[in-house]
Amino acid sequence: MTTPLANYLILAALLFAVGLAGALMRRNAVLVLIGLELMFNAANLNFIAFWRFNPHPERLTGLMFALFSIAIGAAEAAIGLALIIAIYRHRRTAQVDQFNSLKG
Amino acid sequence: MESIIKYLWLMPTAPLLAAGITALLPRRQRVLSAGLAIGAISISFVVACIAFSATLHAGGRATSNFRWLDFGSTSVQLGWVLDPLGAIMSVMVALVSLLIFIYSVGYMAKDDNFTRFFCFLAFFAAAMLGLVIANSLLLFFICWELVGLASYLLIGFWFQKPSAAAAAKKAFIVTRIGDLGFLAGMLLLYAKTGTLLFYDNGHGCLDRGAAGGVMVATTFISLLIFCGAVGKSGQIPLHVWLPDAMEGPTPVSALIHAATMVAAGVFLIARVYPLMSPESLKVVTWIGALTAVFAASIAVAQDDIKRILAYSTVSQLGYMMMGLGAGGVAVGMFHLTTHAFFKALLFMGAGSVIHGCHEEQDIRKMGGLRRRMPVTFATYAVGMMALCGVPLFFSGFWSKDAILGATHHWRTSPAPFYLGLAGAFLTAFYMTRQVVRVFFGKPATKEAEHAHESPSVMTVPLVILAVLAVMAGFFGTPAWPWFQSYLEGTPYEFDLSKLSEAVPIMLLSTGLVVAAIFLSGWIYGKTSAQAAREKDPLETAQPAIFALLRHKFFVDEFYDATVVNLTIVFALFSDWLDREIWDGLVRAVSRLTLALARLNRSVDESVINGSFDAGTETVRDSGKWMSLLQNGQTQRYLRVIGLSFCALLILLLWGSR
Repeated sequence: MTTPLANYLILAALLFAVGLAGALMRRNAVLVLIGLELMFNAANLNFIAFWRFNPHPERLTGLMFALFSIAIGAAEAAIGLALIIAIYRHRRTAQVDQFNSLKG
Repeated sequence: MESIIKYLWLMPTAPLLAAGITALLPRRQRVLSAGLAIGAISISFVVACIAFSATLHAGGRATSNFRWLDFGSTSVQLGWVLDPLGAIMSVMVALVSLLIFIYSVGYMAKDDNFTRFFCFLAFFAAAMLGLVIANSLLLFFICWELVGLASYLLIGFWFQKPSAAAAAKKAFIVTRIGDLGFLAGMLLLYAKTGTLLFYDNGHGCLDRGAAGGVMVATTFISLLIFCGAVGKSGQIPLHVWLPDAMEGPTPVSALIHAATMVAAGVFLIARVYPLMSPESLKVVTWIGALTAVFAASIAVAQDDIKRILAYSTVSQLGYMMMGLGAGGVAVGMFHLTTHAFFKALLFMGAGSVIHGCHEEQDIRKMGGLRRRMPVTFATYAVGMMALCGVPLFFSGFWSKDAILGATHHWRTSPAPFYLGLAGAFLTAFYMTRQVVRVFFGKPATKEAEHAHESPSVMTVPLVILAVLAVMAGFFGTPAWPWFQSYLEGTPYEFDLSKLSEAVPIMLLSTGLVVAAIFLSGWIYGKTSAQAAREKDPLETAQPAIFALLRHKFFVDEFYDATVVNLTIVFALFSDWLDREIWDGLVRAVSRLTLALARLNRSVDESVINGSFDAGTETVRDSGKWMSLLQNGQTQRYLRVIGLSFCALLILLLWGSR
């Protein structure tokens, strides 16, 4: 119990940066979704860390937040994958830079 | 009388309905169309007979009027009338129509347009019966025009023949000239009396006599109305259409151009007789007398069997007019009735002859048909003797002598009497010539040699009409003037002494007729088999006069040279006016409009369009620039968000220092 809060936060920030990089750089929509998922979990790690190190850990606020957020993340992943499959069926590709039919 | 007047409308309506239904039938429904027409005219005949017997018992006059049009405070009334004049005419028209309808079944049996023929015939009968019962000059005029239309359609029935089409047009246009006068007279009469009803409980235009003071229209109005009769009844100078109308099928000639429609002019004068001023009656007499001789002399030199009868009809119509003018309604109407029977008989006989000789109409190419067509010959001879006025047993004798007697007592001038006698002589002459050429001697051609009698559907009506042609005369002899008293509503008695007053004139006319028959028989009796190629005996004797008669006094040529040419010149002038002057004006206006339009367009294009174009360019350019942001690449949006977030972070950290 000697690891300070800052270490967790740095880990979460790193995790977020990796996820953001994946979401921005990858061309495949599935990998973009994985990147988003990493950023999501980095945020969840922050919730847990702040909860663990706050003065009243018995209130379980951070834990509840993380649980809700994981449930929402699962739903979001399902919707995201469903969209990707629908687009793939339509366009025969999963490359994000080719999804440009909304271009003005 | 009051009960039948309510159903009088059935008389024209039944054939009209038949015509309407027949018009919708397909062409192959021959039996149905003929049955409808004959059935409808039978209904009309029955109604006419009932109406006739009602007038016999009750006498007098019944009317049934109704409002037709209202405008403002005035209204136009139409209606029908039942009086002896209309009753006798409607019985005659319905009976002759019925017989001719039946005859047509045989005559038109081989025609492709049998159905159309019966449609037109029924339509004609409807219009004619409507005319007879009309109690309003306006309704009379409407039906008058409708019979004119029916006549046009039927003359032009074989419109594939150019001559038939031309004859139809000629008939329509020439009668229209007379009708224009009729229409003008009618309008003037309306302006003067305020009503066009004949009888209206003392308010009609013919009623004024009862209300006090005999209502006589001005001579001008009555002469205008007489114009219509001149056109319809083929009087000089509008007689030219009637002989040409023989281009129509023979039943049409018999029904329309001999018995009924052409007599409508005479009927019109008889109907409006109270309106005719004494001066206009003089004109009627003179026109009639001149027409009677004029047409009879032309008939002497014609070779077409139907044309001879046509000129004979014109001549007899002249007699009727003469009788009306000099003797009154009864004299003219009596000849109209007897003439209707024997002239219909003659035309139908001629149709039978034409049919038997394989559509040959030239009397020089016939001959000897006496033995081959016995029924036709016998009935034709009856008709011929009735027309000539052979004494005592034939109707024409009584009716013609009534006219001659009336003109003899006419005080204005003795000339019509002598013209009438001359007409009678010529009539007997040309009818004998025709009968001798057609029925006696030897056949002139192979067609005549192989002639055959017509079927009984054609001969039976002939026999009935022949009986009528004999019988009709006995109703109006001087000794027993039933017809005259019936029409005028006066009592009569059987009085042989009155016969003796008429004897001198009868003897005179009989002498002339017999002389003419023998003269003509002597001249034409020696007809040889080469008659078709030989000159007419009269032509060898008097070539100039004969040529004048053969060319109908060159009236047609005269009209061609004057009226027709004038019309053509006027039409050409109008054409020139139209093309050069009015068209020029129109073109100038159109050019001006075009110039204005061009100016308008240039303003539109440069000023208004220019400003709008500039506005839209700006909007489009800005839109193009803005749309660079919206390229649809989700990752780029995310990148922008990430960069902005970093910038915000840096700004926050910087600010917190």
